[in-house]
Amino acid sequence: MSGQTSGVPLLSVRDLSVIFTQSGRETLAVDHISFDIAKGETVALVGESGSGKSVSALSILKLLPYPSAAHPSGEILFNGDNLLGHDDRDLRRVRGNDIAMIFQEPMTSLNPLHTIERQVSEILKIHQGMGDKAARARTLELLNEVGIREPEKRLNAYPHQLSGGQRQRVMIAMALANKPALLIADEPTTALDVTVQAQILQLLADLKTAQDMSMLFITHDLGIVRKIADRVCVMTKGRIVETGPTKEIFDNPQHEYTRHLLAAEPKGEPPAANLAAPSVMEGRDVKVWFPIKKGFLRRTVDNVKAVDGIDVTIRAGQTLGVVGESGSGKTTLGLALSRMISSKGDIRFAGREIDRFSFKEMRPLRRELQIVFQDPFGSLSPRMSIADIIAEGLQVHEPGLSADERDARVVAALNEVNLDPETRFRYPHEFSGGQRQRIAIARAMVLNPRFVMLDEPTSALDMSVQAQVVDLLRALQKKHDLAYLFISHDLKVVRALANDVLVMRNGKAVEYGPAAEIFARPKEDYTKALMAAAFRMEAAEGGVVGQ
Amino acid sequence: MGEIAAKAEAETLATPVRRPTSRWGFSPLNQRRWYNFRTNRRGWWSLWLFLFLFIASLFAEFIANDKPILVSYKGELLMPVLVDYPEEKFGGFYAVTDYRDPVISDEIKAHGWMIWPPIRYSYRTVNNEIPEAAPSKPFWLYSKEERCQRYPQGVNDENCTFGNWNLLGTDDQARDVFARALYGFRISVLFGLILTAASAVIGVTAGAVQGYFGGWVDLLFQRFIEIWSAIPVLYLLLIVAAVLPPGFWILLGIMLLFSWVAFVGVVRAEFLRARNFEYVNAARALGVPNGTIMLRHLLPNAMVATLTFLPFILNGSITTLTSLDFLGFGLPPGSPSLGELLAQGKNNLQAPWLGLTGFIVISLMLSLLIFIGEATRDAFDPRKAFK
Repeated sequence: MSGQTSGVPLLSVRDLSVIFTQSGRETLAVDHISFDIAKGETVALVGESGSGKSVSALSILKLLPYPSAAHPSGEILFNGDNLLGHDDRDLRRVRGNDIAMIFQEPMTSLNPLHTIERQVSEILKIHQGMGDKAARARTLELLNEVGIREPEKRLNAYPHQLSGGQRQRVMIAMALANKPALLIADEPTTALDVTVQAQILQLLADLKTAQDMSMLFITHDLGIVRKIADRVCVMTKGRIVETGPTKEIFDNPQHEYTRHLLAAEPKGEPPAANLAAPSVMEGRDVKVWFPIKKGFLRRTVDNVKAVDGIDVTIRAGQTLGVVGESGSGKTTLGLALSRMISSKGDIRFAGREIDRFSFKEMRPLRRELQIVFQDPFGSLSPRMSIADIIAEGLQVHEPGLSADERDARVVAALNEVNLDPETRFRYPHEFSGGQRQRIAIARAMVLNPRFVMLDEPTSALDMSVQAQVVDLLRALQKKHDLAYLFISHDLKVVRALANDVLVMRNGKAVEYGPAAEIFARPKEDYTKALMAAAFRMEAAEGGVVGQ
Repeated sequence: MGEIAAKAEAETLATPVRRPTSRWGFSPLNQRRWYNFRTNRRGWWSLWLFLFLFIASLFAEFIANDKPILVSYKGELLMPVLVDYPEEKFGGFYAVTDYRDPVISDEIKAHGWMIWPPIRYSYRTVNNEIPEAAPSKPFWLYSKEERCQRYPQGVNDENCTFGNWNLLGTDDQARDVFARALYGFRISVLFGLILTAASAVIGVTAGAVQGYFGGWVDLLFQRFIEIWSAIPVLYLLLIVAAVLPPGFWILLGIMLLFSWVAFVGVVRAEFLRARNFEYVNAARALGVPNGTIMLRHLLPNAMVATLTFLPFILNGSITTLTSLDFLGFGLPPGSPSLGELLAQGKNNLQAPWLGLTGFIVISLMLSLLIFIGEATRDAFDPRKAFK
């Protein structure tokens, strides 16, 4: 907001292009883009995966895999100095010093073999030539600044001893160590829970004001953009199609693609609650305890209570949304209900007690009880054509079908999920993420199930694709009167699909009831914190949620 | 809003694939693998050259033999290649007919005719008319007079023809080198193929079971394999050779006892890695039985690793057989073998055609097999893009 008026911008990208050359073929990843970042300003680079936003950010510090990447045109002026003209030695003085960067995956961005202190103080020692003592003091100060509780105790911790949010805080501490003029944040909250995401965004906003830093924020999430950015650059297919102040872009988008992005949030109403509908899946006091065994005789000394006494009822044509942070036991609950892992407590499916069934006894029931997994890249066998993938369940459950009949069923299932049946002889890797998730849904639907467990089916997808998958799921539910168990940490998607909601924390139910009720009037503090984080990106006060 | 996304999704899929126009009943995937294989020119040509040589060597009896293919004798059609006729049929008294004996061949010619294979030597036939002491040179290093000097009528002898000349000379027992190389090639390739196929079946099964079930099965099996593979194969072969008469099947059996271990490691690793993949869980959720999951979902993953190893194991087993023959612990004496040919080459440095023939045949065979193996492996890789 201090904006474009303050003379020379801090960073000015002019007419930048990036091409990648792979086995003789050239791909234009970034196509003549230009944007400026003024001092103290936050600019968001928004786009879907593959739009070239990360590549643009990486080229600012020349972190691309040269020489297979090249810049046929453009310059990047940082304080009037063209960074593209410098060699690696000069750039090292800029990297981590004047311009710092934080990445998406805090899990892999930290060295797992070094303590937190060592990783943070290394930067101080290299760039500022600090001694051990001074570096330690400054490290503590930095950890305090990024809101790590009890930093003295954390100095000797290894990355695996910290939660995802804490790791990202350490990453930010490292980025801030040298008081950079510009911070590049490449999807820093995508891998985090909504509650933690809200905390991190809050932290970044605070730090920016305190240190008068500029920020380039790369994300696909428009909610974040609205919260944090002063100006927005919308990118698609390597080009910036629209630039402007955040408010203007959101209120009055000019380009078709921007409008498409803004309209992409999952919308629509869940099916009306109908208590008269027959109950399909019922769980009473479901418990999944993983024993902790110790000693020579492997005696069970304690249990990890992944799911601890949950009651659920899912009716035909209705959706139960299970929400909670990662580690709250939502997926374990779903796997227990569909009898993929053993559990205690009554589970009734279509009026039958199935909690004592063996794997063999479950086999005939599997056809009515399907699962759609989270990762559309992992859940399809890479060496089978999608026709074979979809037909696999048919071979088990309807072995009497002839090859032609099976093929007809596969075609029908693909039509149902709006995929071209002509493409059924291709391998999964030739499809985009959204298409793959449609294939996974088709695999479940081809068996005409009554109950489908959807384990975060949209969380690996771009926002606009998410909306399409949600629409598809809702249409299928209406058509076939399906019962859904919808597991997600994304409350926006849950709101669009579920008529009942179960909020879970540490294996226990925090709140359970009609979705409209819970979304309008959450009773528990934890639910309130979750909603504030998901819908308004606000961090909860007073430690209701963990770091 | 849906339009742009739909367009974008449509663009990522170029031309749609039609229903398989099943050529020889190939599924579209296998058709594509076949196509990928063909795009590797070196592998493609190697396959044809190898197939030609291999099939030709399977009919070695019709190419190089000391018996005629077809004989007409007193109005009767005989096939000495396939049937052993006693000599008394042609007026002699031995149990087995020597058709190269001038007495017999004159008798047959007097009462009919006979068609010889292009080369009138089998791998064990001794040439009694060699121009100089064995090993004698290839015929094209002699003049016509030298070549025929041992035949009764010299240059005009009707037996001094191409079929009786030694194309690649003779070894030190006056046996035709070309015939021995041909039969030796056949026995080497057959040995390698059978050994590789059998050890692949055993090794992949063992690795699959260990990797898929893990736990105690894996632990015990791994310890067993560690002990098992610590046994020195060569010494065992020497000991067994002292007890049992060494032959094709005995050698094959002993080597099979140890060669399957090579596959276990890679296959087990692939299964261990892949058994918790989401698509394997997805198959379990569909109710697919364990055996089918292993066969359909996990085995194809392990196949690329196996196929990568296959040409090397194949070549390894051929080389082992050759080296055993070279040392004299391989096939029984008199068998056609490339290793024995090399040993002769070593002992008769004045006769370079022995060593050179052995070297060229072995290196050609091993190179062709490696090229074919490489191309097969690449063809099975779904991510490999060919232009």
